[in-house]
Amino acid sequence: MTTQNITGLARRLEPFDNINTDYVISGRYKFSIQDPKELAKHIFEDINPDFAKKFKNGDFVVGGYNFGCGSSREQAPQALKASGVSAVLAKDFARIFYRNAFNIGLLLIECDTDEIDEGDKLTLDMKKFKLKNVTRNMDVDIKPIPPLMQIFLKDGGAIGHFKKHGGFSRLDSTVNNS
Amino acid sequence: MNKTIAEKILSDHSGKNLKNGDIAICDVDFCFGQDGTSSIIIDSFEKLGVNKIFDKSKFCIVIDHNSPSPSIGTSTIHKKIRNFTKKYNAKLYDIGVGVCHELVPAMGHVTAGDLVLGADSHTCTYGAINVFSTGVGSTDLALTLATGKNWFKVPETIKVIASGKLPKGVYSKDMILNIIGNISAGGATYKSVEFSGGAISSLSVEARFTISNMTVEMGAKCGIMECDDKTSLWLKKHSKKKSRPVSSDKNANYCDVREYDVSKLEPQVARPHTVDNVCSVREIKGVKIDQAYLGTCTNGRMEDLVIAANILKNRSLHPGVRFIVAPASKMIYLEALSKGIIDLFVKKGAVVLAPGCGPCVGTGGGILGDGEVAISSANRNFKGRMGNPNAFIYLGSPATVTASAIEGKITDPRKYL
Repeated sequence: MTTQNITGLARRLEPFDNINTDYVISGRYKFSIQDPKELAKHIFEDINPDFAKKFKNGDFVVGGYNFGCGSSREQAPQALKASGVSAVLAKDFARIFYRNAFNIGLLLIECDTDEIDEGDKLTLDMKKFKLKNVTRNMDVDIKPIPPLMQIFLKDGGAIGHFKKHGGFSRLDSTVNNS
Repeated sequence: MNKTIAEKILSDHSGKNLKNGDIAICDVDFCFGQDGTSSIIIDSFEKLGVNKIFDKSKFCIVIDHNSPSPSIGTSTIHKKIRNFTKKYNAKLYDIGVGVCHELVPAMGHVTAGDLVLGADSHTCTYGAINVFSTGVGSTDLALTLATGKNWFKVPETIKVIASGKLPKGVYSKDMILNIIGNISAGGATYKSVEFSGGAISSLSVEARFTISNMTVEMGAKCGIMECDDKTSLWLKKHSKKKSRPVSSDKNANYCDVREYDVSKLEPQVARPHTVDNVCSVREIKGVKIDQAYLGTCTNGRMEDLVIAANILKNRSLHPGVRFIVAPASKMIYLEALSKGIIDLFVKKGAVVLAPGCGPCVGTGGGILGDGEVAISSANRNFKGRMGNPNAFIYLGSPATVTASAIEGKITDPRKYL
């Protein structure tokens, strides 16, 4: 995980709440395409056919409540990560998607996304973990990332963590101390 | 003691005294993947660098989501799965055996008190037989496959008390649609839902699966029921595993208690494009349909096929409707064959597909055309779910699906009972 400042544009979704993983990447692609970079060309296609074309490396995906509900498909966070998403910002996240994202090292941030408009320039200070809406010249309050998820991010995801510590034993002691 | 079922099962599997909010490493009794998730399970497992699976008797892969393969891409994934299960001598249910959420309990892999992970979001289905079962992604499943464990955050619990007697023509599917409409798509996120009350105990185990199956549609981690005499009998018939029934304590802590009286409930439908967009059939009747689909892990069981057959028996399908039926497993298919139900469906003009997830996931047969409308006994009606983002999906009970197939429009089934 980088410790640099990340700057990108806000890409707001419509519909805003209950973005399911079928919308992130349709079921018809998960069997025909296995390369996450190819999948990335089809993100949010069913609700916004131009989304992937306009999305630039470093941009932020912005949604409302219950982001990532529905299917357990890990192709959803994979495709977002391969698109170069800096972070997904939402009011809250569905649980399977939440685990999947941190497991593969995709950053999710909970905050009040009503304050972020389409195209707003955002800067995330990874060192202090602060988010600024540069366009509106205001700080966005963000919910702290739980200690366990911070460990996964630092280790490059669950597999990185597993290989570094030889399984769950290290995780067990970390959890108990946190 | 003041523990919920979720707190007890996770405590039992971690060796610790846990309450909601705690995080713990737990031993998992059974885990599995399906063909939409197993390719990444295999990739992640191989990246971990381990060379054996933790216990081959506690794992299987089911090829059900896109089966038989309709494309080269899918065939490549299926081949990879077959090679993997062969290499590790692991259990594989190949094409045509059935849908994972029918097979995992019916083949006896899980029993009351178990902790189960599946790389499929509807793994919560086995809550109906007192199992703490929940869906995870592929990498999580690979970690469990390597270690037999995973990390769990102990969920808070919503208690749902359903009382009253279901009126004729109203089913467990109508109950859960009504509850989801009330709690909303994100209303139970990261929570366990405990179902109880007379309206639950009066249901068959099959009908209870429908309720637990759909709890993920309100964000829940699991939807669990107590083990009663019906459950014990069902388990004895299907599994050799020793069951360890778990009940909640009298003073268990619930974050919310919701009471529902089902005695005046009417047939329900979820309208496009969210599962919590629920109303009674009466409010929308008249919506014309092009396709009706009976099947899936929600409502593709024997009881569901019998309900449909009884309605269709002395009537005809609407000429403008394509009626697609997919039994949830080969065993159900065979039983329906022996009872003349498949014969009836085919003679009436229905298309009977091989057991599998079929049209529900929009990858194989039954893809809708632009502007077309389907009524389905499945659990999701997201835009594009049945393969076309320009189509419209309504969800209802097997009876509502069949009555609608007869009339060519969404129809209250009670007039046919």
